[in-house]
Formats: sequence, C-alpha cells, structure tokens
Amino acid sequence: MRIQAEHLSYTYNAKSPFAVAALKDVSLTIEEGDFFGVIGRTGSGKSTFVQHLNGLLRLPSSLKRRYKQKVKRGQTPPPLPQLKVGEFDLADRKTNFRALRAKVGMVFQYPEYQLFAETVAGDVAFGYKNFSEKKPTDEEVQTAVRAALEVVGLNYEELKDKSPFDLSGGQKRRVAIAGVIVSRPEVLVLDEPAAGLDPAGKREIMELLHKLHEEWCKTIVVVSHDMDEIAENCNRVAVFSEGEVKYVLPPSELFEKSEELISLGLDVPLAAKLTFALRERGIEVKNDFTVEGFINSVLSYAKNEGESE
Amino acid sequence: MKEVSFGQYYPVKSFVHNMNPALKILFLIAYIVAIFLAKNFYGLAACAFVLILIMICSRVPLLKVLRAVKGVLFLVIFTAVINVLFHGGEELYWTWFGEETGVYFKYGIIQITQAGIVFSLFLIIRLVLLVVCSSLLTYTTSPVALTDGIEAILTPLKWVRFPVHELALIMSIALRFIPILMDETERIKNAQKARGADFEGGGLIKKVKSFIPVLVPLLLSAFRRADELGDAMDARCYTGGKKRTKYKKLRLTWRDLIAFLVAGALVTGVVFLRIYLGNPL
Repeated sequence: MRIQAEHLSYTYNAKSPFAVAALKDVSLTIEEGDFFGVIGRTGSGKSTFVQHLNGLLRLPSSLKRRYKQKVKRGQTPPPLPQLKVGEFDLADRKTNFRALRAKVGMVFQYPEYQLFAETVAGDVAFGYKNFSEKKPTDEEVQTAVRAALEVVGLNYEELKDKSPFDLSGGQKRRVAIAGVIVSRPEVLVLDEPAAGLDPAGKREIMELLHKLHEEWCKTIVVVSHDMDEIAENCNRVAVFSEGEVKYVLPPSELFEKSEELISLGLDVPLAAKLTFALRERGIEVKNDFTVEGFINSVLSYAKNEGESE
Repeated sequence: MKEVSFGQYYPVKSFVHNMNPALKILFLIAYIVAIFLAKNFYGLAACAFVLILIMICSRVPLLKVLRAVKGVLFLVIFTAVINVLFHGGEELYWTWFGEETGVYFKYGIIQITQAGIVFSLFLIIRLVLLVVCSSLLTYTTSPVALTDGIEAILTPLKWVRFPVHELALIMSIALRFIPILMDETERIKNAQKARGADFEGGGLIKKVKSFIPVLVPLLLSAFRRADELGDAMDARCYTGGKKRTKYKKLRLTWRDLIAFLVAGALVTGVVFLRIYLGNPL
C-alpha cells in the first residue's frame, strides 16, 4: 500500500491558548516496499505524523466542506490536505477505520506496556479477534497466533500459556510486536522499536524488522533517534523539524548533509562521522554510511593506495 | 494531549485566590452550615448575595461556574421532581388563579401541592448554592494549596498521633498523578485501538469489558510509578513529620480577617432571619 500525504497539518488543542502546531503542511509519499525511516527531534511532529497513518489522529472532517465553500466564494484557499493509505482515504469520515487499522499495524514506544492478557497467546490473539470479520474458530486463532509468535522468534509451545508479565524485557517486546502483526498488516509502523534495549536486544529487533519486511509486511515505517539504525536499515528517510518535512532522501544522500542535520539537532551515523574525519585529512572515501559500506570503501582505498605505490 | 478535565483550578490572580486555603475551607464549611441553617428564602437570599460577592471577587467567569452546576443538573432536577410529587402539605401560598386550597392534585401518595412546589424551589436553590460554593473553592485553589489547607486544618489531630502530614502527602501525590495517569490512559487506549479495540458502542457490560485491556496495563504502570517515586523519595532521604519546613508557608492576612468577618456575619444573619422571620415554608 502506498502512503500519500499532501499538505497535512495538525494542531493540538486547537482554538485554545495552548494550541501547538505539530504538523505544518507536510507532504510525503511512502512507496509500497519501502523500509522508511522517520527522524527528528522530540516534538518535531514525527509521532503526530505516524499516528495519522492508521487514523488514531484524523483530519478534520470539515476540511472538504470549507474548501468548497471558499472556492464557491471565489477565493483561492490553501491546498486541500489529503492523506491516502492504499485505497483508504483518511480525509473521508466514512472510511472504515477498523479495516484500515488491520492493514496498518502500529507498534508504539515501549509496546510491552500494552500487554494485558493472562497468557501470551491470549494477548497476541486480541488483535486477531478484533480484526476478524466474523468470529474466528479456535483453530484459526491458534494458527495465526502461532505464526505471529514464530515469526518474531519465540517458541509458541513454550510460551503460549505463560503470563506475559513473567517474560524478560526483550521477550515482552517481541510478544507485543507479535500482537500487532498477527492481523497481517501490509504496513507496519514502529515508534522507537529498540528504545531501552541493550545492544544485543537492539540488534535482534532490527534483524526482526528485516525479517518482517521480507516475509510479513511489505512496507515498514520506523521512527528512530538512532542514526546508525536508520543508516543501516532504511532505503529512504524523512527528516522532521518543527512540524515540517525538511528532507526525504536515501540515507546515502541524506547523511552527506551532516552539517544541516546537526544544526537541526540531529546526529549522523558513526560511519558518516568517520568518513568526514577521513575526508578532512584528504582521504576521499565514498560510501553509503553503513558500517559495511564504510569498511569496504576504506579497504578499496587502501588497496588502491597500495597499488599506486 | 487532552484537556485535563479534572482539577478545575482556574489560574487568575484575585482576592479569593490569594486567601489562605485553610481558611477558605473553613469558610466553605461555615457557608454550608449557613445554607442548612437557612429555613426561609430570606436566609437563602443572604447566602446567595454573599456567594455572588465572592464570585465577583474571584474573577472566575460565570460560565465556568455554571458548568459546575451542569454536572449535577440531573441530581437537582431529580430531587425537585421527587419533592414536587411527594412532599404534600395543605398550605396556601398564593391565590393568583383563585385557588382555594394548596392541593392541586392528589392520587394515593402522589400529590402536587403549593407547599411541594415551594419546597422544591427551596431545595433547588440550596443545591445550586452548595455546588457553586464548593466549585468556587476548587476553581480558586490549586490542588497543592488545597492539600496544604487540609493539612493545616487537621494539624490539631497530631495531638492524638493522627498522621496528618502523611495523609496530606498521600493526597497531594494522588492529585499530582491524575494528569500523568490520564496521559498514560490515552496512550494505552491508542495502542489498543491500533490493535482493533473498540471503546465506543455496545452495551454497558461490553463497554466495561472493552476497558480491561486498558485497565490492566494502567494499573501495572501506576504500581511501577509508585515504586519509582518511593525509591526517588528514599534516595533523597525523605522523611515526613516534624522537622520538615514548607516552601510556601501559610499565613493569615487581612484578606482572611475579612473572610472571617463575612462568614461570621452571614451565619449570625441567617440565624437571626431564622428566628425573627419565622418559617414561610
């Protein structure tokens, strides 16, 4: 499913003294099959944006009417905000948001805090049952739960009857992710999926996301503060700052703009820092800012130098 | 980021806002006593007059105050209807339509009488005054000041070893946590909505059931936060009780003297009206 946002704006506490414009005229397209990264400082509007993707935040239903009114009066109104996710038009009030949410899975920050059921299997089944058109049979539920738990790398037989609260932190997070993907969403949105995990846990989660991208959800959107994570995994990245989208670029082009990123209060991946440090010393290494790419380019540079001597 | 509906403190600077919270609470109690002592409309009128004065001094907009009444509107109407139907009484208060008896309608125990209508009206005014005066207290006193006030009022209980300070601390922590937990609720609700939970529609039982996926994580997080807060207080060597000083010391000022005089005058006045004007009900 292709996600297409045009002129999206959102204001918290609108029409009150506490109004905060969280999104200002955001236009952004996420193609099917993207492993899309969203970066930005706290309060830059990235979470607000991703919460629009499954209709947790909605475009005001009065937009179209007001737009038409203004056109009628001969005024030129600001462009009409639009948000389309696949065939769903999120500006339309009649859209079936439940069907949308089945297609767009959302994993919030620290998703383990949303576990509630007595058993792991029960918790994972929650989303599956909610999204089923008619009441699913026990076998259907069991098959779906087993598949979801196994794809996140957990042993179904071993864990299904355990309480989710008895698991380790990393396991809890996997169970929570399984609880979201169990409805087989086509788009999976994750807000800081690796936050608060140890380095090994972080690596495992990112590996899991790749696995999911290959065999489970066509499109993955991940919000992250960790630039290494973004550089290693995403094919395109959007940079949010103060409610606006500053850049939408592949990481290899984005992190060339390290100074701009730093002035926006962001960081660059370690590979980029090293690359720039080398360039300052006159060593031109071309790379895509992944660790692997950096090493390869350094190696090929060393090789060339060796040959030229 | 929803508007926090609890804690209706209305932050402006005013005479009433600056009053000593302890005295404000005592004033409220005196005022409620006065309302209940008032046996006739003159007494209520005196109470209403004082209340309007306080409202003007507090600079809380009338609309805000009326919103508090809206919350108990059902109760007020319910009480009034019940009393109109069941109060009874033969008294004749007015003869505008040439009535000869105060009873309009009677069927079994249900009867509509002039006395019933008058009494209902009396109750409505009494209830509205009660609600408005107590909501004025919360509009003009921040939750923290409120707990300070309660602590000050309960201080005499320390003599019988009642843990006043601890009680006040519990109250202020509880108040402090309400907005946090409301935020948390919103977050968990969103997470479960993303998993297809439906919080709207359905009967009562279905609605209650649909909240289990919110309540369980919420309770867990409340306990987790309580533990963390306890640790943080321990880490800073918090001990309640005698040796603690306060950031904001409560003082009595000329404002409180005025409030004291007004309260005294009101209660005496109402008692006076009760004795000398008798009982028109």
